[in-house]
Amino acid sequence: MILIQAPFLNLQALLDGLMVGSIFALVAYGMALVWGVMNIINVAQGEYVILGGYITFAVYKLGIHPIYGMPFSFLFLFILGYILYRIIVFRVVDKDMFISILATFGISIMIQQFMNMIFGSQVETALTGFGTIFLFDHNITLALVKVFSFVVSIIGAIAVIYFMKISKLGRAIRATAQNARAARILGVDTEKVYAYTYAINAGLCGLAGSLVAMTYTLHPYIGLPYTVRSFMIVIIAGLGNIPGVLASGLGLGALEEFSAYLIGQEFRIGFIFSLLVIILVYRSKKLAKKREYLK
Amino acid sequence: MTNILEVKNVSKFFGGVRANEDISLSIKQGSIVALIGPNGSGKTTLFNSIVGTHPIDTGSIKFEDKELSKMLVHEIPPLGLLRTFQQTKIYGQMSCMMNMKISKKVSNNYFKMFDTLPKELDDEAELILSFVGLYEKRNLRAGELSFGQQKLLELAMALMNEPKMLMLDEPTAGINPTLINGIIDRLIKINEKYNITLFVIEHNMRVVMNLAEHIFCMAHGKMLADGKPEEIKNDKRVIDAYLGAH
Amino acid sequence: MKDKKEFTAIIAIIIAGIFLPSLMPVYRVQLSELWIFMVFASTWNIQGGKMGYNTFGNILFFGLGMYICASIQISYAFDLAEWTAAGGVKTFVHTVKQYFIGLPLGLLLAGIIPALIAGLLGSLILGLRGHYFAIGTLGIGIAAGEFATSVSIWGGGQGMTVPVWPKVDGQDLEILGGGMNFFYYLSFVLFIITFFVLRWLFSTRFGLILTAIRDNEDKAEAMGVPTMRYKVSGWVVSAFFMGIAGGIYGNINGYIEPTEVAFAGATFGVYMVLMTILGGKGTLWGPIIGALIFQVFKEFFWTFFLGWQLVALGFLIVVIVTFFPEGIMGWLRKNKPEWFGEVIDHKARLAQVKINTDD
Repeated sequence: MILIQAPFLNLQALLDGLMVGSIFALVAYGMALVWGVMNIINVAQGEYVILGGYITFAVYKLGIHPIYGMPFSFLFLFILGYILYRIIVFRVVDKDMFISILATFGISIMIQQFMNMIFGSQVETALTGFGTIFLFDHNITLALVKVFSFVVSIIGAIAVIYFMKISKLGRAIRATAQNARAARILGVDTEKVYAYTYAINAGLCGLAGSLVAMTYTLHPYIGLPYTVRSFMIVIIAGLGNIPGVLASGLGLGALEEFSAYLIGQEFRIGFIFSLLVIILVYRSKKLAKKREYLK
Repeated sequence: MTNILEVKNVSKFFGGVRANEDISLSIKQGSIVALIGPNGSGKTTLFNSIVGTHPIDTGSIKFEDKELSKMLVHEIPPLGLLRTFQQTKIYGQMSCMMNMKISKKVSNNYFKMFDTLPKELDDEAELILSFVGLYEKRNLRAGELSFGQQKLLELAMALMNEPKMLMLDEPTAGINPTLINGIIDRLIKINEKYNITLFVIEHNMRVVMNLAEHIFCMAHGKMLADGKPEEIKNDKRVIDAYLGAH
Repeated sequence: MKDKKEFTAIIAIIIAGIFLPSLMPVYRVQLSELWIFMVFASTWNIQGGKMGYNTFGNILFFGLGMYICASIQISYAFDLAEWTAAGGVKTFVHTVKQYFIGLPLGLLLAGIIPALIAGLLGSLILGLRGHYFAIGTLGIGIAAGEFATSVSIWGGGQGMTVPVWPKVDGQDLEILGGGMNFFYYLSFVLFIITFFVLRWLFSTRFGLILTAIRDNEDKAEAMGVPTMRYKVSGWVVSAFFMGIAGGIYGNINGYIEPTEVAFAGATFGVYMVLMTILGGKGTLWGPIIGALIFQVFKEFFWTFFLGWQLVALGFLIVVIVTFFPEGIMGWLRKNKPEWFGEVIDHKARLAQVKINTDD
């Protein structure tokens, strides 16, 4: 039907999807990191993204070009994540996962409210003025800021993965993820590892948020969809499957764009949450055939 | 005497690992049979295959002539076949008495869900708990029992369910050695008095020799040898398997 | 000890419930909310507390019940689409007879239809465990709100109004003292019924199996328990009472909005979890105590924390969940086990296993 008859529409949706998906993948990687290392699902993930976005927006409001907001967003969220870990999150790390879900949910509510109070509830964007290029005789619109975001996301992801492989902290993190007890015995300060992991995740979210601020829009209450997206990507790709996370992130972005064309932008959020349920149920039914369940 | 359990050509692979390869065995109703073999030989996997914890890749498993291999885990105990776990599984937050009371066998009738538990259940539970020596601990939370005590609780819970056949995974592991004779005595009594067939995974050779009428030995996922205790004791293949000649 | 305390508490609640609206007529809405909250927490407790399946999705049934009840109430006398398009009340007025046939019918279906949906969806959703179940049900709760925003017959994002309390000769109908009182007593009665149903349910095999599923679902299956049957049945019970609660609340609130009132996942959906944990999940009285404390604090601090309410809520969640996960009942159980008929016999702790081989 419409998909087949409009190849440019397809291509547009695909390109837009890949570009937004790269941001999703970045956030998902951070979530997988925290989940894999500390067995926590950070429900405040989306709020970290949006907060990072607001930091860049603040930079923009000060008259500075928003791309200079990126390091600020990363740094601010990195520090905030570290502090939140040391005050709150460390208390729920070894408890039932539901407790940590609720605790991070509480954090997310507090952050939402602070953002609402400080920045107001209107939709905002940090304009970059990067312009657009047109391809295929004006049939495809390529917003350059989206291309920019895509590139930054990819570079960011590669940088973190490299960091994990090469640096001492990165290796300590990976060791702790595999076996915290063994790591401790070998002298790794697991509490420090957890704190830095959580901080790195927050920083990544901040960076992603910076890109969101420039490329899309910000609003105090659109954090949860980002959280849900990253959760979905992680459960599709599986913890520790880095290329999988990237691919799933891009795939989800594309899927969202296509659905937005087909059923309308207003259903985007509903689509995301329904997709979550569908994926979970499908996965669990498949496992049930082997008489297992999602762990 | 009929075979209460017939396992024919059962295989289970986990990816490349051949946990069970072409296993066949049969168990006579009313007997006590042991399953031995070095660690990793696939004994617990075989138990899991029989009671449906995972589906099997090939073969058939018949309990009293009913095919088990396509059934779900919860559909098998009503037929009279129960298993206990190597790593004990009990209801940790509930008292031993509660653990016992909900282990009672009930009919599949939907409305039975809403029955109040009858008073006689308490008496029956206490009887069985004292049978396994846990009477004094009956009101403690099951999670507070030691590993060995939990093993006894599992046995008691299984008995509460009126099984025809019990599959016990290392029933004496973690039990104080001074109690093991008592356990052997209990198991023989269960078998003689209530005519419950026993299929036991065991590492303790003394227990195996004193208990079993017939022994199956596995190694590397395959059935290695079977026979009477005296035969198995002297079987070179069995000795090699344990001492790792290969 | 336990029974006398319980008996006193029940009597106290019944007396309070009957007389409070006359003593504090200003707070009738908040009091109605209190009983509704107790239904929230008590039904959430079936899944979250007793069974260990923490759901964020029970709000689905609340919202559905709300819309269904209002729809029945309205369409019994008028055309639903016209009503929502017109913004309701001004053009359409129910007669007394229409109102009092539409309402009970609406409430009944508000309970039955969500219960049926729970029965149908149950085997799909309740196959998920742990955090997958939690996040999956979160998805359901929010998706429901989002989709309701596009149902135009229900007023879409603008929502819809609920039929007004009927007037006789220009005056509000005087049953039980008017509409406000009427719905107050409805919520109170709903809570009382829910309480006694749950009290009975938890005393049967059903209640025990739920806790067994919580403690070790694999063991229950290995012992022959058809666990899905129990899980779904529990959800159906929750859905039924949540649906009726929704129908009543819609009438109290006067209008229904998809994401803030009906499928209020971010507020009510979270409150029900918080209240139960605060009071002590897994117990009969925990949710009730939790709802009471929560509602009192919420109303008390609402005026204090103007603008900061949600920050306070977030903070509260973090504090309760981090420092107080066992809740009040849990704390009581530890410090006053006699109240629960649990006597920790130290002799029992130290007793050795004694197998008497003579018998």
